[in-house]
Amino acid sequence: MKQAESTGTLAGQKAFSYFPGCSLHSTAREYDVSARLSCEALGIELKELEGWACCGASSAHSTNELLAVSLPARDLKRAGEVGLPLVAACAMCFSRLKIASHELQNNDMRKLVQTVIGQEIQKTARVVHLLEVVDSRLDAIPVKKPLTELKVACYYGCLLVRPREKVAIDDAENPQLMDRLVRKLGAEPVAWAFKTECCGAGLPLARPDIVLKLCHRILAQARQAGADCIAVACPECHSNLDTHQEEIRARYGDDARVPVVYFTQLLGLALGLSVQQLHLDKHLTDPVPVLSSKGLA
Amino acid sequence: MARIGVFICHCGSNIAGSVDIARVLEAARKMPQVVYVEDNKYTCSDPGQASIRNAVKAHRLNRVVVAACSPRMHEKTFRKTVEQAGLNPFLLEIANIREQDSWVHSDDKERATEKAIEIVRLAVAKVARNYELYARQISLTKRALVIGGGISGIQAALDIANAGHEVVLVEREPTIGGRMAQLDKTFPTLDCSACILTPKMVELAQHNRVVLFTYAEVQSIKGFVGNFEVEVRQKARKVNHTTCTGCGTCWQKCPEKVPSEFDLGMGQRTAIYIPFPQAVPTKPVIDTEHCRYMKYQRFVASGEEDKKPPQCRVCEKLCPTGSIDWEEQDRVFTEKFGAIIVATGYQTFDASAYGEYGAGMYPDVISGLQLERLMCASGPTGGEVKRPSDGAHPKTVVFVSCVGSRDEAKCRPYCSKVCCMYMAKHAIMLREHDPEVQCYIFYIDIRAGGKAYEEFTRRAQEEYGAIYLRGRISKIYQEGKKLVVLGEDSLIGRPVELSADLVVLATGMEPSSGVVELAQKLNISYDTNQFLVEAHPKLRPVETQSDGIFLAGACVGPRDIPDSVAQGSAAAVKAAALFSQDYITTDPMTAMVDISRCTGCLLCTQVCPFKAISTQALRDGRVVASVNEGLCKGCGLCAAVCRSKAIDLRGFTNQQLFAEVTSLWQ
Amino acid sequence: MAVGFEPRVVGFLCNWCSYAGADMAGTSRMSYPPNIRIIRVPCSGRVDPLFVVKAFQMGADGVLIAGCHPGDCHYTEGNYHMRRRFALLQPFLDYVGIEKERFRLEWVSASEGKRFTQVVTSFTEQLRQLGPRKDRELMAAKGVQRAV
Repeated sequence: MKQAESTGTLAGQKAFSYFPGCSLHSTAREYDVSARLSCEALGIELKELEGWACCGASSAHSTNELLAVSLPARDLKRAGEVGLPLVAACAMCFSRLKIASHELQNNDMRKLVQTVIGQEIQKTARVVHLLEVVDSRLDAIPVKKPLTELKVACYYGCLLVRPREKVAIDDAENPQLMDRLVRKLGAEPVAWAFKTECCGAGLPLARPDIVLKLCHRILAQARQAGADCIAVACPECHSNLDTHQEEIRARYGDDARVPVVYFTQLLGLALGLSVQQLHLDKHLTDPVPVLSSKGLA
Repeated sequence: MARIGVFICHCGSNIAGSVDIARVLEAARKMPQVVYVEDNKYTCSDPGQASIRNAVKAHRLNRVVVAACSPRMHEKTFRKTVEQAGLNPFLLEIANIREQDSWVHSDDKERATEKAIEIVRLAVAKVARNYELYARQISLTKRALVIGGGISGIQAALDIANAGHEVVLVEREPTIGGRMAQLDKTFPTLDCSACILTPKMVELAQHNRVVLFTYAEVQSIKGFVGNFEVEVRQKARKVNHTTCTGCGTCWQKCPEKVPSEFDLGMGQRTAIYIPFPQAVPTKPVIDTEHCRYMKYQRFVASGEEDKKPPQCRVCEKLCPTGSIDWEEQDRVFTEKFGAIIVATGYQTFDASAYGEYGAGMYPDVISGLQLERLMCASGPTGGEVKRPSDGAHPKTVVFVSCVGSRDEAKCRPYCSKVCCMYMAKHAIMLREHDPEVQCYIFYIDIRAGGKAYEEFTRRAQEEYGAIYLRGRISKIYQEGKKLVVLGEDSLIGRPVELSADLVVLATGMEPSSGVVELAQKLNISYDTNQFLVEAHPKLRPVETQSDGIFLAGACVGPRDIPDSVAQGSAAAVKAAALFSQDYITTDPMTAMVDISRCTGCLLCTQVCPFKAISTQALRDGRVVASVNEGLCKGCGLCAAVCRSKAIDLRGFTNQQLFAEVTSLWQ
Repeated sequence: MAVGFEPRVVGFLCNWCSYAGADMAGTSRMSYPPNIRIIRVPCSGRVDPLFVVKAFQMGADGVLIAGCHPGDCHYTEGNYHMRRRFALLQPFLDYVGIEKERFRLEWVSASEGKRFTQVVTSFTEQLRQLGPRKDRELMAAKGVQRAV
């Protein structure tokens, strides 16, 4: 099995297959919209992968290993036929696609998956995360409105950098991809220790106590580090951190409110797009006041 | 014309039991150039050997084949025998008809006999082409070079000097003492490190057979055992050490302060400095990067017109002996040595590779060696343990073990061996400094192999109340004035969270920087972790594959002080044993060049693992290969690659080996 | 396969590992087919490709080269040189009609008497299966007695 363009540099790549994933078509629309707009402004062509299906998300791999590989395998095969690198914005989609392409290198697994999806996999696409793509052309970002004086806590979550040997787009304990980007946009990335801490993932309904505890600590640490906002690259992290801030205040008594935005929204803002275009006014913890106070909104 | 005698051994029934000796004798008699054959019950016995000697004389034999056991068994014995008979010892070949015939084919006498005949035929074909070889004697310089002035190097140098030989010790830092000088106390006896080390440093400096070059580095190495030529670069100190008395006025008055390397950033030093008060030599060097006058000179040289920095030159003005020498430059000189001891030691792992521990980000996350400096009475805090951020006395101290050890992900798969012990030592010491201190030690395993080591770690727990938690740390972060340590106690299977005043990372050992470059200069090997490789890990632990180059201390692998000292002494004995000879006898089975055939392609120089082949220019202008017999070990790689068959290996010549092959199945 | 065919095998054994390994097979009283003729060399890297060619020219049915395991060479890297040489020589022999199965490179340490017997036994058996050399039969049919 071939993996298309596994070695080419991302910097020279103009067009990508785009895997929005379910979240970006629903709860994380603002991520989708801001990603598309920013990429357009950067001259990156995102072609939504035709006929893409769910990556399996958190359910598949916790219940059935074969299903967890087969679902993304079908998408990888489709993308392989298109012949462009497959870019995912959602950290979970990215993780599932990346791990599946790793598993498919194993001949036995590939044969098994082929019988499941009823198709032969000859070529899969290289899987990249949108952060990697943006990072590859960092110097060429035409910053129109520098995010001066904005202090940003870059939050990567679990899935972008782990497991180290299969995903590894950056250091697993102290990643720098987003920090570099934020600095380039004129903002100041704060040094903090919770960049890759778990947010509670898919547990907010089953075990809200865990999610609230974990989110509280992340938010509190971001605030202590002096952050004006938290930048994320994952719809699930966003939803956990953004939507529970009132509950956290009620439970822990301290005001740990920090707006949580997608890195693509900060990117779009610096590229001169408006708050409304980027859906920055759609978050539950409103980032507009802090952005206005810095003259950015 | 060769006159070959073949002596076939029965070895009791070991050979005769499964080989028909009579048939072998008969066949051997017919082999070309064989003029005499005989068999013996035990050829290696006195009568057997006497029989060979007599036959050589009686039948004017000039070549001998002994068909018996493996040459690995008795080749030396029979070489001596033929030598006693007046022949050159290398006019002998052994036909191995025991280990490689009678013992492995005892079930088939017919074919074992056939094979024995073939084996004898091979040996006869080879021995006919043997010629006299003579061991060469090479003179040697009875003078040793020790590279590295840590405890291992100091011990090696002292032992060689006390054995009556001259020693030169080269150390790249401004003082000898190495890592041990940075320690406060040593485990498990809690001896004051300086109290036991500094007398040795002084003894070395005052020894009349020792020459000390500090602030100097080995630049290049040529030659071979007994005859090394080493270029040493003496870095410019800008201070004349002949006139300097080490009074200390300069370093007390120098206004420029920089973080001290010796104190690992826990304290400051001046731009003209000695690393620590008991440094040897107790004479300063000027750090040209930070010295104000040097900065001024660089500014003037750059031609900029901005406001000029101050000239300073305070040291020069105050020096009572006028020893400041701004003009001094690096100086390179060549010295001859017979043996080299490499004792380059270790450095500690840079913990900032672990993003989750926050070393370098939080001032109160420090390394074990930094804590040593904070506890040391002559250290930057005068022995008062104050944490770097605010100078407060820490009450809760968390230790993290295996930082840069036993971690594949950080390319440090090995155990650093000393960390478990020094964590226990620190836990004891901290309690002794302040009874209110509570230490928590996160460990993977407690490795306390060594005399009185296990008892020591027990004491830390039982008498000094250190709490050992088995598990790794997942994160350390600052919360107010405290450090929050998140980890796991894997014995109870629960996450733990501790609030600490100070976190100490038990950083592991890694080879000193620059050791790879040095190994390449010396042509000795290093492993994937860049530790130097012994000739044999069990039986030749202080030797290298290069004769005359020995290893001592932590450059070979993680070592504690007693092991490093023992190795220093061991390496010294090896050097002294070498120097007990008046010349070195070389194995005569070395490569030789037929200069009339050599085309000068020099492929041989590329394949030689010992850099034993150099070039020589002939009078007609041709450049041909030339073998240094002192370096050649007789592997024959050169002979196999030579396109013009100009280089050959004595004892295993092309002619001999071709003769063996062509003698088969005749 | 020829009836009663006994292959002729030449083994070049390095002095430090494989020759000692062969001795070890003897001292342990193991047993292997007596077809092999052992030539001692200081290092597998000493083996000139011409020795191998010569052995085949003399009528060998198979040639074995045995040296120290990678990383264990007494001369640090001689076995690596032989490994490269082997990779080039084997296809070349195949090209001139000597099947690549007839030329083997093996690593046998001084303690591996057992492994030495296994190597020799399996190699001899393999050569027995291959039968006499086709290139020699071809030449014999054309009236050539010995390859040049």
